[in-house]
Amino acid sequence: MELCEQSAFVLHQMLVSKEISCREILLSLLNRIHSRDLNAYITLFEEEALKEAERVDQQIKRGEDLSPWTGIPLAVKDNICIQGKPTTCGSKILTSFQPPYDASVISKLKEKDCLFIGKTNMDEFAMGSSNENSHYHPVRNPWDPTRVPGGSSGGSVAAVASGQAIWALGSDTGGSIRQPASFCGVVGLKPTYGRVSRYGLVAFASSLDQIGPIARTVQDCALLLEAIAGYDSLDSTSLDRPVPLYSTNLKREMQGMKMGIPREFFGEGLDSKVEERIRFAIHQLEEAGVEPLEISLPHTEYAIATYYLIATAEASSNLARYDGVRYGYRTKSFRDLYEMQSKTRQEGFGDEVKRRIMLGTYALSAGYYEAYYGRAQKARTLIRRDFDQAFEKVDFILTPTAPTQAFKIGEKIEDPLQMYLSDIYTVSPSLAGVPALSLPLDIPKDGLPIGLQFIGKTLEEEKLLQIAFACEEMKILDNSISS
Amino acid sequence: MEIITEEEVRHVARLARLALSEEEVKKFQRQLEKILEYVAKLRELNLEGVEPTTHVIPVVNRLREDRGKESLSKEEALSNAPNTEKGHFRVPKVIE
Amino acid sequence: MDFEVMIGVEVHAQLLTKTKIFCGCSTNFGRNPNTQVCPICLGMPGVLPVLNQEAVELAIRAALALHCKILRRERFARKGYFYPDLPKGYQISQYEEPFAAEGILSFERNGNCKTIRIKRMNLEEDAGKLIHEEDRGSLVDFNRCGVPLLEIATEPDLTSPKDTHTFLAELRQILQYLEVSSGDMEKGHLRCEPNISLKKPGQSEWGTRTELKNLNSLKGVEKGLLFEIRRQKRLLESGQPIRQETLLWDEKREIALPMRVKEEAGDYRYFPEPDLVPLVIDEEWIERVKRSLPELPDDRKKRFVETYKIREQDAQTLTLTRRLADYFEEVVKIHSDFTLAANWIITEVLGILHEKNLSIGDLSVTPARLAGLFHLIQDETISKKMAKEIFVKMVESGKQADEIVRVQGGQIRDEAEVERIIEEVLKGNSEEKVRYQSGEVKLMGYFIGQVMKRTDGKANPRMVNEILRKMLEGNPQKSGVQKK
Repeated sequence: MELCEQSAFVLHQMLVSKEISCREILLSLLNRIHSRDLNAYITLFEEEALKEAERVDQQIKRGEDLSPWTGIPLAVKDNICIQGKPTTCGSKILTSFQPPYDASVISKLKEKDCLFIGKTNMDEFAMGSSNENSHYHPVRNPWDPTRVPGGSSGGSVAAVASGQAIWALGSDTGGSIRQPASFCGVVGLKPTYGRVSRYGLVAFASSLDQIGPIARTVQDCALLLEAIAGYDSLDSTSLDRPVPLYSTNLKREMQGMKMGIPREFFGEGLDSKVEERIRFAIHQLEEAGVEPLEISLPHTEYAIATYYLIATAEASSNLARYDGVRYGYRTKSFRDLYEMQSKTRQEGFGDEVKRRIMLGTYALSAGYYEAYYGRAQKARTLIRRDFDQAFEKVDFILTPTAPTQAFKIGEKIEDPLQMYLSDIYTVSPSLAGVPALSLPLDIPKDGLPIGLQFIGKTLEEEKLLQIAFACEEMKILDNSISS
Repeated sequence: MEIITEEEVRHVARLARLALSEEEVKKFQRQLEKILEYVAKLRELNLEGVEPTTHVIPVVNRLREDRGKESLSKEEALSNAPNTEKGHFRVPKVIE
Repeated sequence: MDFEVMIGVEVHAQLLTKTKIFCGCSTNFGRNPNTQVCPICLGMPGVLPVLNQEAVELAIRAALALHCKILRRERFARKGYFYPDLPKGYQISQYEEPFAAEGILSFERNGNCKTIRIKRMNLEEDAGKLIHEEDRGSLVDFNRCGVPLLEIATEPDLTSPKDTHTFLAELRQILQYLEVSSGDMEKGHLRCEPNISLKKPGQSEWGTRTELKNLNSLKGVEKGLLFEIRRQKRLLESGQPIRQETLLWDEKREIALPMRVKEEAGDYRYFPEPDLVPLVIDEEWIERVKRSLPELPDDRKKRFVETYKIREQDAQTLTLTRRLADYFEEVVKIHSDFTLAANWIITEVLGILHEKNLSIGDLSVTPARLAGLFHLIQDETISKKMAKEIFVKMVESGKQADEIVRVQGGQIRDEAEVERIIEEVLKGNSEEKVRYQSGEVKLMGYFIGQVMKRTDGKANPRMVNEILRKMLEGNPQKSGVQKK
């Protein structure tokens, strides 16, 4: 196995035992990146990363203690700010923008000597489910380059799935980590809202956005979450709760646990091949002693409508700051201020972003607030209650991550509503604020991964990781890599 | 009857400062119409007495002390700006 | 025709915090452009606001002083509009849930007491500053952006420009007293936007309301309102409609011109700010602020009249600012002639502050030192007249009263010495002496003046008076005084 295909956990051991150098890991990754163009990265920090690797290797030579994160190359979604590095959010409007600050997760990872390899491609401002909405062109699915990797964290996920990164940070608003993780066959976790600081994550929908880890193994996923989770005084919505040692506490007895199977997630629209695989996974968990319980999340059918109203309303406001005054793109010719702003935004934003700004602006505008945004906020309350009630009976909820496998590039781009509907299983946990993890199942003969989604109670990431870890041990899933 | 007219699309575009082309106005009208038709589902719900959710977390009173933090240097503050002059951000004139 | 006038005001007061409302940048005024800015107040991508506790405390103070009900649980909202001085494209403010509501402020003008209802009070952030350059566009400075603002809106209970002036002066005084705001209108630390509508007598419907902006002083407010009332009157009298609009006051030309706005303006698309969690203000917090609240000017004025038995007018002057009132109270703690202290502070102290363009805090004459001067008056070491001169010397030299007296000498209180001087005076004015003794008693003042002149005003006046009288009238046979 090439170094770029190893887990962070194994690479750390190899670094500690001086079997390999940090430089070797990095070169292995860079080789993979250059030999196979998936368009996963927008910016690569090649030279700097090599220097940083050199520094880590010196550290190893001197016999200094290494943290589990030291020198393990990490890819960062391009909506998370790293000081002095371009942050484009996959948008033309942020052309040449370099934040003079680090996101709080980046500060934490810098303290742990993590090595940043580059910024990954994404749907513009994280709006999309296919990664086709990037100003920097679509990312390709490593399992089938004619297919989408999913979105919006498509670049991060494709990089991890193809050995172009050991692990990566993504962001998830309505499924942007989990759905691509499902499409590309990697582990992706959306933490509880507030578990990870949002400071420095370019906002899409503030009440839903969360940064989360993407990795090839559950243990790596746990390790990365451990590094980024925790209270941050710069984010008023971050939770002030201790962070468990997720990565060292992964073993758990599955016998006697109760899993909820929500009937609303197994209806119309679910691809039969996906359903078959999920049912089989349920069967295997049952064999391992987990008790399945059919449950109902009765407001599921309203989740997409609720989500798209709330997310676009917040987005229309969050994206008002891109006006060509203080940073980013400014149109070339204009007569006055109004025209400068309107043309800058018209030329700087892509189609999907404009569509969502339009929808969100409309939903908040005079006379429509109550009918749209107000209603959606109340519907959100009902969706949260569904989960509260379900968790009175079960330890976790199990669903497909996405209704289909990865679809073809261009297949849904002309029909925004169809594209939105592909988020059907991921938006409910986002609206409820609860954690959810996508785990890759055994790859079927067609070679396209399928993801299993575990949804947990608020702040029960630990339990989700333990269950996923048990599944990994039981080999009902596949960590194989597309090379 | 249409939920959203082309004229409304133009109005919303002005509110959102998007200089949409006429083609885009037509396209967005069609697409938004479809999306709004779909989200009208929410009207089926009985939401009487249901509290809106603004935050999913039970956190209140996150306050900071009135203590100073270092500001950016003027150079840093202006470094990303498309047009600056004399330590200011420059913007075109406002024609009302 | 006489019209009835209805005026309401919306006041924006910058709060006296050290740092901005949502970030740690300084709120200092007058620094170089864009030097007090950070990613948060510049609205850079991905940054988040965190509420300044002091801004909340100051708002609670103001709410208590204006007898408002403070909402126990409140949220912030985003108010969306595009303008280059507003970096995020929205202002964080309060909308459905205001900070406080339903307060009152009473004031007195020409003996009439008026009560103005406060509708609501909001915490929000200030915008940056645009410097317009003819034709070339504008320059933006974000130093002011994010300075905490308290928005205070009244019901339309004011009935004249003069009323509005008095109300604003009163409100400003309270905010200054509480150290909530500097209240400086010229610097824009306090801004006022009145709305006005008129009604013909006897009619039940009020006319269309207009709003005035860009008023930079209390005088400006009054002038602007007078202008707008005249304008509305003319329109009403000639049967023309009044448009609902905002007018900008041009201080130089003393006219108000309508602001042109885009048709979609006013649709602010408010929604609850998702980046800030609710603010819960419990009873305990309010009580704690209440205990720290200084006495309000009106209460203090009443107490001064009762406790110190000074005239109401004087109490009014002494409570103009909190520091002046504190100064007075410090003095009377040491020296118990309240009337003397009040008169002295109002005439001498305020006089010299005015003359030298100082504020009470700059004065080297501390309350204790001023009381020291009063003691010297009381024990007749110096006369009141001398005291005035000594006071000026105290201000100028920074020395204490007794030091100055020791050097230049106090009153002449030696009887022999005074007698000697009086004898000299009488010798030199024998003619006047005769006239006095033949009944022209008003010449007494003349003699006293002469004695004072010779002694540089240092002779003890009471002693001069007594000895003079004795020497002029002491020997009735010799002088032959006849009483008519």
